[in-house]
Amino acid sequence: MKANCWYGKQDMRVVDVPDPKILNKKDAIVKVSSAAICGSELHLYNGFVPTMEQGDVMGHEFMGEIVEIGPEVKQRRVGDRVVVAFPISCGQCFFCKKELYSLCENTNPNAWMAEKFFGHSPAGIYGYSHLTGGFAGGQAEYVRVPFADVGTIKIENGFSDEQVLFLSDIFPTGYMAAEQCNIQPGDTVAIWGCGPVGQFAIRSAFLLGAERVIAIDRFPARLQMARDGGADTIDYEETDVYDTLMQLTGGRGPDSCMDAVGLEAHMPGLLYYYDRIKQAMMSESDRPIALRQAIMACRNGGTVSIPGVYGGLIDKMPMGAVMNKALTIKTGQTHCQRYLKPLLDRIAHGDVDPSFVVTHRMKLAEAPQGFDMFNRKQDGCIKIVMTP
Amino acid sequence: MARRSLKRTARRTAHGARDKAQAAVSRKGGRIMASHANGEALCPGSSRNGSLSQEKMWAYGLGLFGIGLGLAELMVPRRLARMIGAPPRHDGLIRAMGLREIASGVGILTQGSSATAVWSRVAGDAMDLACLGAAFMSNRSHRGRVALATAAVSGATLLDMITAQQLSRGIETRNGCISLTVALVIDRPQQGLYRHWRELTNLPTFMKHLVRIEIQDDRRSHWVAKGPAGSTVEWDAEIIEDRPNEYIAWRSIEGSQVDHAGSVRFEPASGGRGTIVTVEMEYRPPLGTVGAAVAAWFGEDPNQTVKMDLRRFKQMMETGEVITTEGQPAGRAESTSRK
Ligand SMILES: NC(=O)c1ccc[n+]([C@@H]2O[C@H](COP(=O)([O-])OP(=O)(O)OC[C@H]3O[C@@H](n4cnc5c(N)ncnc54)[C@H](O)[C@@H]3O)[C@@H](O)[C@H]2O)c1
Ligand SMILES: [Zn+2]
Ligand SMILES: [Zn+2]
Repeated sequence: MKANCWYGKQDMRVVDVPDPKILNKKDAIVKVSSAAICGSELHLYNGFVPTMEQGDVMGHEFMGEIVEIGPEVKQRRVGDRVVVAFPISCGQCFFCKKELYSLCENTNPNAWMAEKFFGHSPAGIYGYSHLTGGFAGGQAEYVRVPFADVGTIKIENGFSDEQVLFLSDIFPTGYMAAEQCNIQPGDTVAIWGCGPVGQFAIRSAFLLGAERVIAIDRFPARLQMARDGGADTIDYEETDVYDTLMQLTGGRGPDSCMDAVGLEAHMPGLLYYYDRIKQAMMSESDRPIALRQAIMACRNGGTVSIPGVYGGLIDKMPMGAVMNKALTIKTGQTHCQRYLKPLLDRIAHGDVDPSFVVTHRMKLAEAPQGFDMFNRKQDGCIKIVMTP
Repeated sequence: MARRSLKRTARRTAHGARDKAQAAVSRKGGRIMASHANGEALCPGSSRNGSLSQEKMWAYGLGLFGIGLGLAELMVPRRLARMIGAPPRHDGLIRAMGLREIASGVGILTQGSSATAVWSRVAGDAMDLACLGAAFMSNRSHRGRVALATAAVSGATLLDMITAQQLSRGIETRNGCISLTVALVIDRPQQGLYRHWRELTNLPTFMKHLVRIEIQDDRRSHWVAKGPAGSTVEWDAEIIEDRPNEYIAWRSIEGSQVDHAGSVRFEPASGGRGTIVTVEMEYRPPLGTVGAAVAAWFGEDPNQTVKMDLRRFKQMMETGEVITTEGQPAGRAESTSRK
């Protein structure tokens, strides 16, 4: 079959690889009908995540039809149309039972590696480096889905792929990030980053009762899409973010601040180059520019929610602000399985039509061009969906 | 001599288990077997105090790296600026950062202690900030940004050091004796876990270095492990203590090719959260190729290797099988998994 594989920094290739097989009894094989490119994959694309290997199959946002099941798959059948959650979770361990699926203890065969980096290992993730298991991803014609009963949701007809595909990651991610904001009536939420995650976070924040959402980015198309979702916007290249947020909130600051940017944040000015130097010299692995701003801007006693991905170490973390302002910090890879059903219900109910975020459609064979375009945010690119 | 101390190991392991309260206290200290009163060390010289020198090694590495980085910043600031996409007018900034990297690097090398290393780095970061702060002021005086830069003084550098120590934690082998203690909580009752383990033929399904175990009688078993170049290493072992649902201890019998003693303890975790499984093992490999093979079983970090074994046991008990990626597609000749 054809699959989009990683071969190095900014080097993706669609190549022929063997078809996946059932390897564990609770596996299913899914014939992929749609797969998306996620902002998280840009961190792999740009070489910021260690432990990638040449030939790793990419992709953790995908859906399709089950064509084969292992002997212990109980709740899915061949022929079911399913969306697959991006973390791989057993459903049986301490964390899965608490619905903290992205922390599953049993799905990372390379747990020791993650333990070296983080002290403990998170769950396995499709196509997301060997640190999280080295599982082959879904930017392919077929994909193996371990623990299929836990990691998939069955989709009845009546929805298009684009309406339900993002249950695999970014809709739950934006939603969980907004949930983490602990939104109270009348609250203002500021969101750094108007990529796909930021877009879903904006809509979720309103669904969860925010009165006002202020979204921050620099790309006009993304800011426009944020406004379409009801947010006020700040172009951080035009105005000072902190000053503007203080003006908008009477000096108190937003009740919650969200970093939907992550470790590759960009910034005009010296601080950006400071972090770029440190990163290039490997004395800091992540650029926490948006995170620092979010912490500084957040009101006293407020919440900072961090869906943006960090991989290692950051410098100049304003811990003094966190402590003296009594901030709450909430973060994590999304416990995606927890949200599959409730958010499918939201879609069915017409609260959100996730297909709004799709700006580009292409064939799997064009994946490398897709990555390049998405990475450079060219051509108003916000979300790419690929079909076989 | 080796023979004798290993026997003692097994005996004291059994003894330690009986004395539950004391074991619980000493476990907090990190090692169970070696911490009993009046017990001599099982594997002489295998204590942990080698880690201090590792910290130092790390600190030296950090120092050298800092100096290298500093020199680069000082001497080729343009190229560095291009590399990171900064306009050349930031030469001054980059040079300043170079100076401070060198200063703190030299500090680390000459002082040598890890505490000094930390403080030197923190001081260096403060210098960075001072220079950044000045730059902000001279550009345009955005209060928000200056405040940001100033408040940011609290360094992630300490975290740097802590993580660095984690990363550099390594082998605890001394004097040729491999000894390890690993604990993992499994969300299942003691009974089932004990039963699965007591069926010794199950051990090779999750312990990577074992090929098979043959049961000879209630106490005796024959162990077959991976040897050099496709051969095997074999020995007979006997169970020396067996308390159903709680504890099993075993050791190789007199005259075996490999001296080995081990135990596994099953204790209820707090709040009904399953069972804490604690494995202790000691191997005294013989000299020569067999010894090298035994050392290779456990790699650089025996605790970690056995923890992976224990994880596979956990996967089997919690989910019914061991998850694998071997045999999955990849765009290369062999699909790899890094177990
Ligand atoms: N927690 C999870 O489970 C999870 C899941 C999916 C994605 N993510 C992470 O969320 C983040 C965003 O994902 P995405 O798909 O939207 O990626 P994306 O790259 O499309 O979006 C990031 C956006 O942040 C903007 N940005 C950069 N620097 C900024 C700054 N200083 N201030 C404000 N905005 C800035 C960029 O212009 C871009 O629009 C990534 O780090 C991704 O890895 C996390
Ligand atoms: Zn993602
Ligand atoms: Zn689990």
